This record gives sequence, C-alpha cells and structure tokens, in this order.
Amino acid sequence: MKVPLSWLREYVDVTIPIAELARRLTLAGLELSGFRAYGLPVPDGMRVAADEAGPTWAKDKVVTARVLKVEKHPNADKLKLVHAEYGAAQPKVVVTGATNLDVGDAGQKVILGLAGTEYWDGHATPKKLSVLKPTQLRGVPSDAMVMSEFELGLSDEHEGIILLPPDAPVGVPLADLWGDYVLDLDILPNMARCLSLLGVSREVAALTGAKVKLPPTDYPTAGDPMTGKVTVAIADPKLSSRYAALLIRNVKIGPSPSWMQRRLAAAGMRPISNVVDITNYVMLEWGQPLHAFDYDLLAKRAGGKPPAITVRPAKAAEILVTLDGVERKLTPETLVIADTAGPVALAGVMGGRDTEVSDATTNILLEAANFDLVSIRRTMRALDLPSEASLRFSKGIHPELVAGAAGRAARLLAEHAGGSVAAGMADTYPGKPNPQVIDLRLAEIKRILGIDVPAAEVTRILTALEFKVEPADPDALRVTTPPNRLDIQAGAADLIEEVARIYGYDRLPATLLADPLPPQTGNTDLEREERVRDRLVDLGLQEVITYSLTTPDREAPLTGNDERGTMNDESIRPSDSSFIAHRSSFPYVTLVNPISTERTSMRHTVLAGVLEVVAFNLKHADTVKVFEVGSVYLQREGQKLPDEPRRLALALTGKRSQPSWQDGTTPAANVDFYDLKGVVESLVGDLHLPNVTYRRATISQLHPGRSADLVVGDKPVGSFGELHPKVAKSFDLAGRAVLVGEFDLDAILAAIPSRYAYTPVPRFPAALRDVAVVVPEEVTAERLLAEIRTAGAGLLRDVRLFDLYRGPSIPPGTKSLAFALTYQAEDRTLTDKEVDKAHKKIEDRLVHVLKGTIRGKE
Amino acid sequence: MSTDLADLEKRAVAELTASGDEAALRAWNNKYFGKQGELALALRRIGEVPPADRKVYGQEANRIKEALTQKYEEALAAEQERRLTQSLTENPLDVTLPGRPQSPGRLHLATRTLRQIYSIFADLGFQVYRSRDVESDEYNFELLNMPEHHPARDMWDTFHTTTPGVLLRTHTSPGQIHVMRELAPRPVRVILPGMCYRFEQVTTRSEMQFLQVEGLAIGPSIRMTDLVGTITAFAHRMFGQERQVRIRSSYFPFTEPSIEVDVDWPKDDPNADRLTKGTGWLEIMGAGMVHPTVLRNGGYDPDKVSGFAFGMGPQRIAMLLHAIDDIRLFWQNDLRFLQQF
Repeated sequence: MKVPLSWLREYVDVTIPIAELARRLTLAGLELSGFRAYGLPVPDGMRVAADEAGPTWAKDKVVTARVLKVEKHPNADKLKLVHAEYGAAQPKVVVTGATNLDVGDAGQKVILGLAGTEYWDGHATPKKLSVLKPTQLRGVPSDAMVMSEFELGLSDEHEGIILLPPDAPVGVPLADLWGDYVLDLDILPNMARCLSLLGVSREVAALTGAKVKLPPTDYPTAGDPMTGKVTVAIADPKLSSRYAALLIRNVKIGPSPSWMQRRLAAAGMRPISNVVDITNYVMLEWGQPLHAFDYDLLAKRAGGKPPAITVRPAKAAEILVTLDGVERKLTPETLVIADTAGPVALAGVMGGRDTEVSDATTNILLEAANFDLVSIRRTMRALDLPSEASLRFSKGIHPELVAGAAGRAARLLAEHAGGSVAAGMADTYPGKPNPQVIDLRLAEIKRILGIDVPAAEVTRILTALEFKVEPADPDALRVTTPPNRLDIQAGAADLIEEVARIYGYDRLPATLLADPLPPQTGNTDLEREERVRDRLVDLGLQEVITYSLTTPDREAPLTGNDERGTMNDESIRPSDSSFIAHRSSFPYVTLVNPISTERTSMRHTVLAGVLEVVAFNLKHADTVKVFEVGSVYLQREGQKLPDEPRRLALALTGKRSQPSWQDGTTPAANVDFYDLKGVVESLVGDLHLPNVTYRRATISQLHPGRSADLVVGDKPVGSFGELHPKVAKSFDLAGRAVLVGEFDLDAILAAIPSRYAYTPVPRFPAALRDVAVVVPEEVTAERLLAEIRTAGAGLLRDVRLFDLYRGPSIPPGTKSLAFALTYQAEDRTLTDKEVDKAHKKIEDRLVHVLKGTIRGKE
Repeated sequence: MSTDLADLEKRAVAELTASGDEAALRAWNNKYFGKQGELALALRRIGEVPPADRKVYGQEANRIKEALTQKYEEALAAEQERRLTQSLTENPLDVTLPGRPQSPGRLHLATRTLRQIYSIFADLGFQVYRSRDVESDEYNFELLNMPEHHPARDMWDTFHTTTPGVLLRTHTSPGQIHVMRELAPRPVRVILPGMCYRFEQVTTRSEMQFLQVEGLAIGPSIRMTDLVGTITAFAHRMFGQERQVRIRSSYFPFTEPSIEVDVDWPKDDPNADRLTKGTGWLEIMGAGMVHPTVLRNGGYDPDKVSGFAFGMGPQRIAMLLHAIDDIRLFWQNDLRFLQQF
C-alpha cells in the first residue's frame, strides 16, 4: 500500500520525523517496504532505492509559470519559443519541442525549470539525472526548460510538458505544490483494513496520540429522489452482506482535478477520468471499492422500467463481456451483479462492458457493496483477475464502510464531475454483523505477555484503535469491536495482540522459561543418522543435499521403470529382490502444479540426484566422493500419504588420493570397487552392525561382476558397486568407473545396537604367521576367511588379506590369496609350539575343506 | 721409560686433535685403547720397568689413560654436536612448497547450520522432532487455523499433488500439530527441522525447496517474555553476544500475537548495507504465542496452557554468516562451494 504523506496528513497530524513514523509503523506491523520522495530531499534516516530515486525540485529553481506567448523558433520547425512569467521581473524565453504547446498559445500554466534544475535526462540511456545548464538551441540562448512529468520524476510520461489547471498559482515552488513522500507499507492479511488511507491513519493516530479526522461524507442532493429509480436485492446474504446504490445525474465526464490525479499517481494508480478517479480515490481513502454503472444503459436493458439489480450466483453457461473486452463463461461459483437481462458485473472483481461508464455517460448508478471474501477469491483465481478492488474484497471489508464511502464518492462526484445526487440510497443490508463484545481480563494479558499492563494503558490503546472500552469488573474490561475491524476473531487473544503491538514489543523484557523442563527423550533416530554422516565425512566423503523433486524419466535408469531405455536391454539382467528394484512398483507422488518440467515428482531414489552432482562436478574436477542422506517417497496402495523411508546414497569416482607435486610422474590410482567396499566396511564397522555379510549383487543397475549386496543378519539393506556402464552413460558418466551405493538407511539405523562392549586391549605379545593358499577361482574370499576363522578359533585374533595373485606360477583357473594371521592369547605369551599347532590346523582345514594348496608346502 | 709414556701422550693428543671426523676419532680410539692398542701395550711393558719405578710408571700410565679417555670423549661429543648442527642447517626445506593435499570429507553447509541450531536449542532443553514432507491440507493449513480459502493461505504458494488434499508442506508447522497430538497433555519443548516446498521460481533469493526450523514450547505458564528470552539467547549464540534483538508485530494465522524478530547487523561487515537495505536490521525469524485454536487442535486447553512458536530459515542464517548472495548454491552442490565450509 503506497501512502502519500500529504494525503495521509489530511486525516491525521504527523508531527514526528518521517523516519520515526516509519519505524513505529514497522514495529506495529506495517512494515515499510519502500520509500520515495517526489521533488523533496530524502529525510534523515530514510533511504530511497536506487531505482526509485528522482530529482529534487529546488524551491528557487522549479516553479509554476504562465505562458505569455508561444512563437515559432526562427531556425527549427519542430521547436518553439515559450515566453513564460514566473514572478520574476523578467519573463523567461524558453526553447521547447513540447507537442502540447502550439504557436499562438497563451495563458497555459506550466512548470519552469531554471538553470541549476535537477532533472531526468531522457536522451541518455539509461536515463540519468542531469543539471540544467544555459545553452543555445539552434542559435537561440536558453537557460530554462518547461518541464515534463518524466523530467521531474513524476512518471514516465515525456510526450508533452505538464499543463497545470488554469487556476494554478504562478511563481510558486513546485515542491510546495506537489512535493511529497510516499511510504510503501506491506499489508499483512490481518491488517487488510490498512489497504486504505483511513486505515493507516487510525494506526498512526494510535501510535502517536493524534486523532483521526474523517473526511466529509455529506452531499447536496438534487432532482427526483432515488425511490422508484432502481431496486436492489441480495439473493444470498452469505455471499453479499450489503448492497447499496446511489443515482447521480448529469455527470460531465472529464479529467479529475490535478491534486486528485497527483495523489492517485503517487499511490500507484493511473488517472483516467473524473468518475473513475473518484471511485478509485474513495477506494484508496476508505478501503471500500466502488463501481459506477451507466444508469441509462441499465434502464435501456430494463426496457424503460427501473433497473432491478440482484446480487446472485451466476447461472450455468451465462456469459458476460467484462470491461477488458473478454467474453467470460460463468459458473454458479461466480457471484455476479445482474439485472433482468442478465449479469452486468462480476461482483467485486470487474464490471461489464455493456454498462460501462463512457464519455457519453450522463447518469450513473454508483455501487457500494460488500461481498463474501471466499467467493471473491474463487472468482479471482478462476478467472485470474486480480485488481485493486478484488484484492481488497478478497481479504475482507467491514460492511459498515459502504455508507461512508458511498456518501464520500457522491460528494466528490458533485464537486468534481458536476453531478446531481438523487436523495436517498437504495441500501439492502441483510448481513449486518453484530459487534463483538469481549471481556478482556487483565490477568490474561499477564498470562500471555508476561507483563502487567495497567488497565488505564489498555484502555488508552484500545480506545485509540476505536474499540469501545468499559469496565466489566475490577479485573476485566468489556471491549466492543469498532465497525471497521473484521480481524478480531479469537477473542481476548486478538485484543492482547492489539495491546502488545501498540504498547510496544520493545518494552517486553527477556525472561527464561520458568516452566519445568519436559522429560528429555532425545532423538535416537536423528543421533544415529548424524553418526552415519560423521563416519562418512571421516572417510573423506563430502555430504551433498539434492532436490527431492525430480522426474520419473530422470530416475528411470536407476529405478528400472523406463519403458523405452536401458532396463529392457537384454544384456542387463532383470532386477530381483534387492530393495532398490522395489521402488519401480510404487506410483510417484506427482505435483498438479509443478513449477518446472524438471521437478514434477517426489524422488524414488536418492542416488539419481547424487549422480547428477557427480556429473556436474566432473566438469571441473577429476575426483568426486560424495554422499547424501535423504528421504524417498513411496506411494502405497490405499494410503493417502506416501511412506518416506530414508536412504543413504554414495558415489566415488576419480583418484584414490589427491595428486601432489611429490608424485612425480606416477599418477595416483583410480578408485575401484574395493575403495567403495572399504568405505562400506568402515561405516558398518563403526556403527557396530552385527552379522554383516556381503554377497554378489543381482541388481541390473550395477556392473554384474563388480557389485555386492550388504546383508545385515539375513536382510539385504542395500547394494553397492560399479555403476553399470549403460546406466553411467545415461547420467553423462560414460567411460569412467563410478562406484555407487544406495542403502536402506532406516534398516541400517535400526540394526545399530543400543550398546556394545569393548574388546579388551591385548596385554601379551602377538605372534605373526603368513599363509598363502591356492584355491579354485570360485572360492570367495569370504569363504576362505570363514574357514580360517573357524579353524583358528581360540588363538587367532586377526586375519588380513595382503595379496591376491593370478598368473603363470599357479595352475590356470586358480588364484592365490595370502593372509597375515595374528595369534594372541589374553592371558599369556604364546609359545612357538602353540602357534605352530594353531597355524597347522588352519592350513590343514584349507587343504581338506577347500581343496586348497598351501604355497611353499605343495 | 717415562719418556716413552710422555711421548705416547704427546703423540696421542696430537693425533686426536688431528682427527677430523667421527670415523677418524673411532680409529684413534682403537689405535690407543683397543685390545692391542698402544696404551695396553704400554701397560704390558710395565714388566720391563725397574721394580722401583713400576709404581710411578703405573700411576703415570693410568693418568695418561684417564686424560686421553676424557679428551677422546670430549672430542667425540664435540664432533657429534658439530655433525648434528651441520645436519640441522644443511638442505633446509622450501617451506613455501605446498603440503601434501589431504582429502577430508565435509558436511553440507546446511547440515552444519542445522547442527549449530540443534546444539543451541538443546542447551535450552529443546529436543528435535521431525515429521513428513508430503502432508495433508489438514495438517499444513486447516489445523493451523487456516480453513480453505483463508486469505492467509496466500502467504504460502503451495505445491499440490495429484491426490486431493495432499500437498508438499509449505512450512514445518504441521509438525506442531503432530508433536502436540503425540505429547498432549504433557509439556512440549521441541524444534522441528525439515525440508519445505513452495511454488516459487528459483532465483538467487528464493527456492522451491528449502530448510526450515521451527520451535515450539507449551506448558502451564509460558509467556511472551519467555519467547523474547529464548530467541534473544539464540540470536546471541548464533550471531554474537553483542547483537541487539528487535521485535515487531507481524501476522501468522497460527500465532497470536505474532511477531517478526530482527537482529542488528555488525556495521563493520562490508555487506551490512546490502543485507539490511540500509535499515541496519535483518529479519531472522517469525514467532508468536501459539493461537488458542491451534492449541485446541493439538489437544490442549488454551485456558490452562500457553505456548510459543518460532520459525527460521537455516539457509538464510548461513547466507548471512558467510555473505552468500545466491541461495541456489545450496542444492547445486558445487564442490568448490561446499568445500569452503
């Protein structure tokens, strides 16, 4: 809401500095979101945004003037010489190209800028502030200008110069006439009453102790009274609580007074004609939108009978051509103003073209009405027709404003459009709201705010806001809401807010919560999730967070529900029981109103987003190691809301270590499956997950020979490995090994034991032995380790694989694995004999059970 | 014979002095003190000395032995010291060469900020409570005192899903109802973090998806001054003890009274003017006393208990603290950005 200060001052005295006014309004809930100055210097403590800055009109340089005569420029056809008097001894002769002054003109009132005037130079791009300097224009000296609105920073209008009304004074500084400040205030929904100058004035009055002066709403009447000229009716008081109409005859359509045009323009509305401008002016003043019909057109539609106006829902398939020329098919959702011939306006949203006021209009029917905000909101939204009027109706207006606004408009129409107002108002008011009466207990104020506000102070504040306040009993006040407030709906709580914001939140002391601390339950689930993050960060991975919104297409290569692409390729094995594959069987949570075609549905996999991050970063890096913890959204049959299980996704690609100048020409190796497995092992180890095993993965999104499932107990909780080259390609990751994993984080977190015991630190020395065993290819490392551990039970403390060999020195189809074994006892130093015995037992088991050959003992 | 000893000492001392390095010293030591060393030989020759002189000879030989031993040890120590000094000063490293690059992992800036917030509020007794992203209209709006077509709904541009009445939460406030219904009638002191979604074009200043953290405290005697104290404590911990907190009136359908909380911004921050648009103040959160209707919807009697709620954007906080001027950097996940925190 743009509030020109000069206009505001018509209703309330402002004696405090502007910065202080802005501060108080901001603290009381009317936040200053913009400020601009018209011709006046920017006051202390205020700031004008760069794009709203404009010239300052020096009082001795920018003045009103009268045209004495206009002559042809001796040397240029398009230029003229204007002789203007402005109160100085000598008139000025000014060269102008203005199109709205002609040779031979005289008597016009213009604005003269003398040398030194600051103005917008429209010849520069972008426009720039310049200072007027004496010059010669085609041989004629010129040290002044007749100014346009553009040059003075009033508007973008630069076609012609400003022509003031004939009665404008001469030789007066423009700053005194039109200089103004405009406060732009953010109006929150509960302050909708402040979408009006009077609403803001009431706030200013309450905040400064001034009084509001209401503008006059009485008007002279003339001609036949209203009776019998029109009837008004409301079909459903729920949709319209009040409808009033006035008849104004003999209106002469023309421009509105320049002061009104200035105010409208400063408030952000374009002046159009006296009748339209007056309805807008009153709307801005009162917050009550008005609409003017051409009465004669209504009468014509009624076939000579008095028009019968009804507020009713539109009938199905009714049609109305609105002011903007658009033919609109209506539905019963839309509230219309109709006469016997059909709809004439969309109630509160837009008038109809057939009954529009035009230059030919002489008699108008002025509507002041109240409409249900929900109905207006629906219509506004359905037809996408936001306007100053519908904006106000859609936030709720008190129906009591109807009469005042109508009277005010009638008065202005009589004053400025030559209208004769018929006596009487057609006013139907079936929905008159009862004022609310609330008992406000002082103890309740203390209970909610925590401070004592004396009864006298509460009374002062509420009275200043036009509430009626009477003592109810010694501890309570009986408060009646004023006929301009609809936002008091929660009883005492709303009144306490009024008291607090005017009393000043800055007067509330800071206290510490005195209530007993609720039981501290912690959030184990979050703590465990954070542990996972910490471990992965410790392992050198960077956390990323990607959008939950994606498209099924983008995820298809990973989810396997792409009907066209990779997943139907026969070279890729079909998905099986892995949980990742399950997601393809759930529908997506899909948006009705996506803002981008890239973000239409809630993700089924976290990995897709992670892979996009990898591809994005590979544009400028050769190594990326990232993870994300986040939810996926699985819509289950028969459930209104989706399941939101959490996933852990990770991806590694590039070098194992960062290159250093010390590496010389030996580059670091690339990460492979075992780097990823090391990360997974370390993670599950640090989480103390019990019974962890790994088995070859059978999911089609991963490289069939380089992928594994992580199994906790007997439950697979995720898959990891090298991304299948075809999937990699679809994520723009072709030609490089990308190690990825996606895990059921909920399952992993649930498997973390709530406590675990430490393993005693050995006090006796360990004995080390190596064993290298040659086994057939199909014997897995896990099997070997299991056999070694079984055979070594007791003294074997640790097994570490340190070499894997395939090659000419062993038979084809076999491999050699070498393990470093650590033997240790908790209670003694082992003898060589004991160690030899234990080691032999392991070698024997590898030979007998796995048909292995112990190298060096063939 | 004594002259032999005197010669021996003289020679030994001269040779010791001439020994230029540790190897020469050790060779000297071997020559004089080895099993077949000159001193051993000299002592063995005592038999050739007349008995009357033997005592003197023996004493002299021992004196020379001790003197030479001492000299040798001193020379050796000096030589070792010289060598050490030399080794410490020769071939110094170019300390300006870069160190070996390490590859530590890092938490996302958003996670780091969330943890900071969790930690501050944990100290104040607030526990973390999380709830779902995909919500019902009922929890996101209706139970928060916003029936259908309520004007306040305009404050949140909402993503609706194809299931009627199901939407992406526009704020973490639905969590207020969830936690109240879980805990009523017991007191509540929680913070509610989570991802929120709004139908907004992604620009440097707005995101369709962003993090929010709300706080909620409900109990038999919770007052607005407690809210002021709590958010002041938070602002001081997050932004510095010297920060001033300013409270102004605002509007949220689910709080009454509703306020907005500003902090003054350090004037020595070169970005202060841009951030505060010249006002010196920065909005950091919205807050208020829980609306009686919301308390009722959560299962509490608003005449018996009261509560406060507040909400903030951790990303905004991180942006303020690190002078980040583009919110899109968060979900873009450019490692060159993420690795700075």
